[in-house]
Amino acid sequence: MTALLEVEDLRVRFGRKGLRSRPVEVLHGVSLSVGVGETLGLVGESGSGKTTIGRTVLGLVTPSSGSVRFAGEDVTAASRRTRRRLAKDIQVVFQDPYTSLNPALSVGDILSEPLVVQGLSRRDAQARVRGLLEQVNLPAGAAERLPREFSGGQRQRVAIARALAPSPKLIVCDEPVSALDLTTQAKVLDLLAEIQTRTQVSYLFISHDLAVVRHISVRVSVLYRGDVVETGPVRDVISSPSHDYTRRLLLAAPVADPDKQAVRRRARRALIESQPLEKAG
Amino acid sequence: MALAIGVTAGLVGGYFGNVTRNATEWLFNLVMTFPGLITLIVLMPLTRGDYRWTMLIYGVLLAPGTYRIVRNLVVAVKNELYVDAARVSGLSDLRILGRHVLFVIRGPVITNTAFLMGTAIGVQSGLAFLGVGSKEVPSFGLMIASGFGNLYLVPLQFVWPSILLGLLTGSMVLLGNSVRDAFELGRPKPQKLAAPPVAVGAQLSDGVASSTAPSTDGGAGGGTAGPLLSVHDLGVAFPAGDDLREVVKGVSLTVGPGEVVGLVGESGSGKSQTAFSVLGVLAPEARITRGSIRLDGRELIGLSDAELRPLRGRVVSYIPQEPMSNLDPCFTVGSQLTERVRRTLGAARGDERRTVLELLERVEIPDPARVFASYPHQISGGMAQRVLIAGAVACRPRLLIADEPTTALDVTVQAEILDLLRGLQKDFDMAILLVTHNFGVVADLCDRLVVMRDGEVVESGSTREVFAAPRHAYTRSLLGSILDEDYFDVDVLAKSVGAGR
Repeated sequence: MTALLEVEDLRVRFGRKGLRSRPVEVLHGVSLSVGVGETLGLVGESGSGKTTIGRTVLGLVTPSSGSVRFAGEDVTAASRRTRRRLAKDIQVVFQDPYTSLNPALSVGDILSEPLVVQGLSRRDAQARVRGLLEQVNLPAGAAERLPREFSGGQRQRVAIARALAPSPKLIVCDEPVSALDLTTQAKVLDLLAEIQTRTQVSYLFISHDLAVVRHISVRVSVLYRGDVVETGPVRDVISSPSHDYTRRLLLAAPVADPDKQAVRRRARRALIESQPLEKAG
Repeated sequence: MALAIGVTAGLVGGYFGNVTRNATEWLFNLVMTFPGLITLIVLMPLTRGDYRWTMLIYGVLLAPGTYRIVRNLVVAVKNELYVDAARVSGLSDLRILGRHVLFVIRGPVITNTAFLMGTAIGVQSGLAFLGVGSKEVPSFGLMIASGFGNLYLVPLQFVWPSILLGLLTGSMVLLGNSVRDAFELGRPKPQKLAAPPVAVGAQLSDGVASSTAPSTDGGAGGGTAGPLLSVHDLGVAFPAGDDLREVVKGVSLTVGPGEVVGLVGESGSGKSQTAFSVLGVLAPEARITRGSIRLDGRELIGLSDAELRPLRGRVVSYIPQEPMSNLDPCFTVGSQLTERVRRTLGAARGDERRTVLELLERVEIPDPARVFASYPHQISGGMAQRVLIAGAVACRPRLLIADEPTTALDVTVQAEILDLLRGLQKDFDMAILLVTHNFGVVADLCDRLVVMRDGEVVESGSTREVFAAPRHAYTRSLLGSILDEDYFDVDVLAKSVGAGR
């Protein structure tokens, strides 16, 4: 299988303020790949660098070394021109549906803008916007309204529609459901899965929540402090995790059943006592 | 003119990287050093008094002001996610600036422009009054000047143009404001309620009730005999337009001494508002429409802030959702906790530090002395939450209200905080009202749970019973939408790890 997206030995450094402070490396050589029509889950806690990986793939962060290849082409240091061409193929859904939509533009404008830039006429763009709204189960009248008139779940649908607009091959989903309610979460995840079966789009699905990742992806990479500690099929990673951190992460998530949770809690305490992992600063 | 230069440069300066920004900054600082009026007068021979030229130069001189405003706005907007999203959509910089950034920042810019127009007219009149402008073109300045010359003949002559000038400047600002408002139509404005507060249901403030506090040695359990907290038929409403919209519609719940009760619901279900009413910290425009809240046998509704204060911290305490925003960034953790301990505990000065350090140790902070001396930004979110818990339990409250205490934290940290809360609850025999949307957290910690939807309690019961057999359809659908339906895998892991010990 040829991979659609290949990330190899990616390192990213961020400069810090002040003259003498050295830049901090947040990713220490991360490699991963996403196949066509596949979902790779990327799990990690805050500060593990998972969002940085997504932003590097999108070209919003420049890596200090390593490479990002998309459909066989090296796009690590793509020019703005190449980026604009790539925009047709790589799209994004951000975490916070409240700040990722421009509050001053109507939903219709938000959706049609990338299409017009790609060279569609106004009329065609509008027709396509109607189709997009239908795909994400929003009423057609939504186009004239402003983002603030919608609930969180509906806004996230708008964001998904925007990502779908140029019919991309890869969508980077950066915690797309973390800000949503439980029932809304399930609906949005179902929508994403349904879109994938229909369009064969690939997802790089970033989340801190293993339950969410397990729900949508087949393979998962676990990220811990800028390193991928484990990659594999979701089922294997969950039932027989090879890394201590993964084990700890799995046991930390509380389960909605008092008895099972009590078992899980004891297991976690036992694990922590037997193998003290270095404490996160 | 000022507008054109200022806005363009501001956009460019704010949006692009450091090099461009520094360059524009220098340029405008240089322009700013010219004393405006004097420059204009000095340049008068060049412009030969033509007001158009004068204004052009004045425009350049005013540009830095606009530049600064625009630049600051752009820097703020630039990091918004929708700008990133636009970049990912493959939009050019020019288009992003024109369409996304300029659209958002136009409000303040319009106001500023109107203000500038007023100033420009003022300056022009001033110049004309001083007699440095052209004598042929009529202007306010000239009129005032000639009025001034004839002060002794017709005393009122210079008053009228002056008043008119003032009015003109004022109306410019008003015009600017209304243009801005017209652009940003329909943004809802917060409104104060005109009607007087709705009569409180039962005005029970008998002092006798407070003395009938139930004894705590009853231990944990169902505790309906003498509940620590009893909320009955509580209604909370917010003004919406001319009407009141109820967000809490007759909620009743009880928390026994030493009992942990989970208050579960989705956003907008009114669970936080219920918790806030118990604490007496509802938003100022909110109204309690009916019901009663009894804490330790004492009616809370109708009590003034001053009467509630001695209860807060001693009897009831609070842990917020966002640990970071609830610590003051300007003071060290230690000084914030010390202040709290001094106020609620009335500890002696020398003992405070020791008390706080003991507290920090109790909440399992590895290096209490270091955290004591740290500022909030120097500690992690999990540590900050521990600090807040330390502050909340400082006076051994009988009831702890925790509003989504672990939602903002990582899963592994969440598990640690839950462990900590469980330990504290046992040690202090403290009741906890835990507001959350996470059923896992409820299963972990709570004895009983109360499920809320749209401001109403739909189901309540012991945690075990509700999880085993939820009665209400809504509870079932909530439990059904939990994503880890196949948690069997993890349980196998849990058992193996547990057995391997």
